[in-house]
Amino acid sequence: MTKSKGKPKGKAEQGKAGEAPPPDAAHILIQELTATPPEPPGPKRSWWRRAWRVAQVPVLAVFSGLLLGGVLIALTSPEVHAAFQVSVLQGIGTAFAVVFRAYAALFAGAFGDPLKMAAALQSGDPLAIRRAFNPILESMVAATPYIFAGLSVALAFRGGLFNIGAEGQIFIGAITATYVGYALVGLPLIIHLPLALAAGALGGALWGYIPGWLKARTGAHEVINTIMMNYIAFRLSDWLLTGPMMRPDSFNPVSPTIQESAMLPRFFADPIRFHLGFFVALGVAYLVYWFLFRTTWGFNLRTAGANPNAARYAGINTGRWIIITMTLAGALAGLAGTNEVLGVNHNLAMAFSSGYGFDSIALALLGRSHPLGVVLASLLFGTLRSGARRMQVVAGIPIDIISVIQAMILAFMAAPAIIRTIYRLRQPAEAEEEVLVRGWGG
Amino acid sequence: MAPILELRGITKHFPGILANDHIDLTLDQGEILALLGENGAGKTTLMNILYGLYQPDEGQIFVKGSPLEVHQPSDAIRAGIGMVHQHFMLVPVFTVAENVMLGQERMRLAGFLNRAEAAEKVRELSKAHGLEVEPEAYVKDLSVGVQQRVEILKLLYRQADILILDEPTAVLTPQESDELFKVMRSLVAAGKSIIFITHKLREVLEVADRITVLRRGAVVATTTPAKANRAKLAEMMVGRQVRLEVRKAARKPGETVLDIRDLVAINDRRQVAVDGVSLEVREGEVLGIAGVQGNGQTELVEVVTGLRRPLSGSVRLQGQDVTGASPRRITELGAAHVPEDRQRDGLVLPYSVAENLALQTYYRPPFARGVVLQEGEIRKSAEARIGEFDIRTPSAATPAGSLSGGNQQKVIVAREFSRPIRLLVASQPTRGLDVGSIEYIHGRILEKRDGGTGVLLVSPELDEVLELSDRIAVMYRGRIVATVAADRVTKEQVGLLMAGVVPEGIEAQGIVRTVEATL
Repeated sequence: MTKSKGKPKGKAEQGKAGEAPPPDAAHILIQELTATPPEPPGPKRSWWRRAWRVAQVPVLAVFSGLLLGGVLIALTSPEVHAAFQVSVLQGIGTAFAVVFRAYAALFAGAFGDPLKMAAALQSGDPLAIRRAFNPILESMVAATPYIFAGLSVALAFRGGLFNIGAEGQIFIGAITATYVGYALVGLPLIIHLPLALAAGALGGALWGYIPGWLKARTGAHEVINTIMMNYIAFRLSDWLLTGPMMRPDSFNPVSPTIQESAMLPRFFADPIRFHLGFFVALGVAYLVYWFLFRTTWGFNLRTAGANPNAARYAGINTGRWIIITMTLAGALAGLAGTNEVLGVNHNLAMAFSSGYGFDSIALALLGRSHPLGVVLASLLFGTLRSGARRMQVVAGIPIDIISVIQAMILAFMAAPAIIRTIYRLRQPAEAEEEVLVRGWGG
Repeated sequence: MAPILELRGITKHFPGILANDHIDLTLDQGEILALLGENGAGKTTLMNILYGLYQPDEGQIFVKGSPLEVHQPSDAIRAGIGMVHQHFMLVPVFTVAENVMLGQERMRLAGFLNRAEAAEKVRELSKAHGLEVEPEAYVKDLSVGVQQRVEILKLLYRQADILILDEPTAVLTPQESDELFKVMRSLVAAGKSIIFITHKLREVLEVADRITVLRRGAVVATTTPAKANRAKLAEMMVGRQVRLEVRKAARKPGETVLDIRDLVAINDRRQVAVDGVSLEVREGEVLGIAGVQGNGQTELVEVVTGLRRPLSGSVRLQGQDVTGASPRRITELGAAHVPEDRQRDGLVLPYSVAENLALQTYYRPPFARGVVLQEGEIRKSAEARIGEFDIRTPSAATPAGSLSGGNQQKVIVAREFSRPIRLLVASQPTRGLDVGSIEYIHGRILEKRDGGTGVLLVSPELDEVLELSDRIAVMYRGRIVATVAADRVTKEQVGLLMAGVVPEGIEAQGIVRTVEATL
């Protein structure tokens, strides 16, 4: 049986069924991005070969994004332009030097300067050690909200839903967490902190539940509704911060500072902000993994996402699982906002989130909607973010270049065919498929 | 006279498989050549080479005695070769005439399309060959059978002399197939030559002038209908003896398993699709529902399996009322369902074979302890099923989507048959499968019946219904026209009932409603 034969046949059969509405583009994209490439036949491959099969496109997308980013840095650098006036050779040399300097600064800003680290460790001065290691800790601080929000979008993807509303859920989660954080007085940390975290999750959950319910009961598309819920969340927080939740002694739209008992503990003295939230995020990521792939609940959720018809056939109440999926996704995004309030800012200010919710869509795609992938992608985005600041200061490269690099990584992720063509990767299991689809009994 | 088309030594490799192995083939002017072979025998590959979609590794093509280089479909079209694909290549929002002239548009001055002239030409062609179709109709409003006529008209419009029809009957009802055969005969009478690709034996014997059989990429025989019969052809195709006739033990029906009373249900377009159906299925019998597709069978099955809520009427399973109950409740009461569209309803294609095998039982011990899935148990059970049902898969972890259609169906059968079941609802259980697979699935269904399971079988393939059923209920426009004992009717009688006509001399025993009542 050849492939050309197998495919049209399948299509003809689907066409014949006719009654099912064609899946919308969002759904096709979700399936494309969450599917694991089929296992080729033959001897079982070692785990790292299999891991590479899954990870090759994201890894090469990141590599290509950084490469193109370098080209962009060289193209926009006045220094390089000036060098080209002198001679082409000098221009090229300068271009490489500029790009190298920029990425070196990015790296140092993200992970710390290895030389400084070594020196600090030798001197044994605790202050110097903390300073030297602060960049990498700061990267983890930046990655934490990404992990929560990325998990939110990834979970929704697994359930066949597009959660564009993470940003709004982040705001609501931050609002409820902030309120519980400053309004409850006199509780011990062991009670107050979990309470504030739960409040944040609950707020986000509510903001996810509404579009989930609308989708399940009325068929209203979750993409539209989550976007609308974002606007409501933004304006709601504006109103609260200029009214009911505004700090009494302030003229700025800022909430009161939360009680110390609600703050996520920090591990080092100021100015190092590294806090417990990072480990909470890792724990939640593991929980999401366990939930999705090890429980019957996750099986329900994934089946409803991968093939709603088959899910119904298998006795799964797909409407209920749409609601549950969106509610859980909202709770996770709510935790992202909560984390920023309880761990970093200690109060709620306008526009505190700077787009974590939207970046998280990218993250979930980059992480193939797998919790481990999301954690790795979040660490990448976190390091890019925190390294970019140093790059701006030291190398004079605008911080926006990082957004462009992120955008290019995403474009490569969304069009894996480009990556496969550039790096001459084999189409996943295409050749193998030809053997697999051969008929039997013949 | 040289044959109008000759292929010599065509060879084509795909990675890991020899799709065509030195194939020689001739087509004479004015004949219908059937190209017979199982799924995967290399029929479509060969035709795609002829049509310029693939390049052969070796071999030559001759048209009217002179060699022809085909690099792309336009080369083939210029040489008078036309192809109707399994999957139609029509623009749904265009009219028939627009579709037909697409690519060879007739223009008026200033580049305006001359639709009237095209429509006139379409009308002329359709009259000449009995291809009834309205040139101004939109393709999206046409039935599959009529769309196929449009595809054929497209070829005639381009003045193709050699027509390749790739599994044209796969999407047709028996009546539409007969229509198509008439058209094919009229075309060859007008001097056209046809290559007819199929794996259905009956059709080959009915319509072909010559038969070439392919197996595993090679020509195994060329014969004529006069010299062949179904058994011989099946043996050539499969390479071993195939049991075409199903051997059934005597029927020993017991208690009523499924009891449907006055059921009314609407379809997705809010039309009444099931209109007062009453049925009974007993232990140890197969009740076949015959009927042209689209007469309410799909909706009936959906109601019985809990996928669709009825408007009125009742469904009782094992004496319990399950009208409008959830699919899970019905499954847990001992019903199994082989769905009509295996890829849409029966499988989660990205899931592994093991997960698909657990799709109905994943939430129960031993596959789940509390809410925690027991992957070891799921895999162990899957490996046992794979062996027992001979599912050809590299491993239990392989995604179901990469298996062949026959093996996908086996996954469903293995899953549904491995539970203790009282009722089996099988909807088109052998759709799109080859002879070997059909034989196997039929055997399994009868095994269940002999074990005391009640079977509700729905199929548009009349042969299948006649062979497997103990009783046959004929469905027409949402109603059961008649219920008859399978050994007391002829195929022709059932065929008439399917068209809504009660034939004379039929055993009156089963007729529950006359046709007049349904109109």
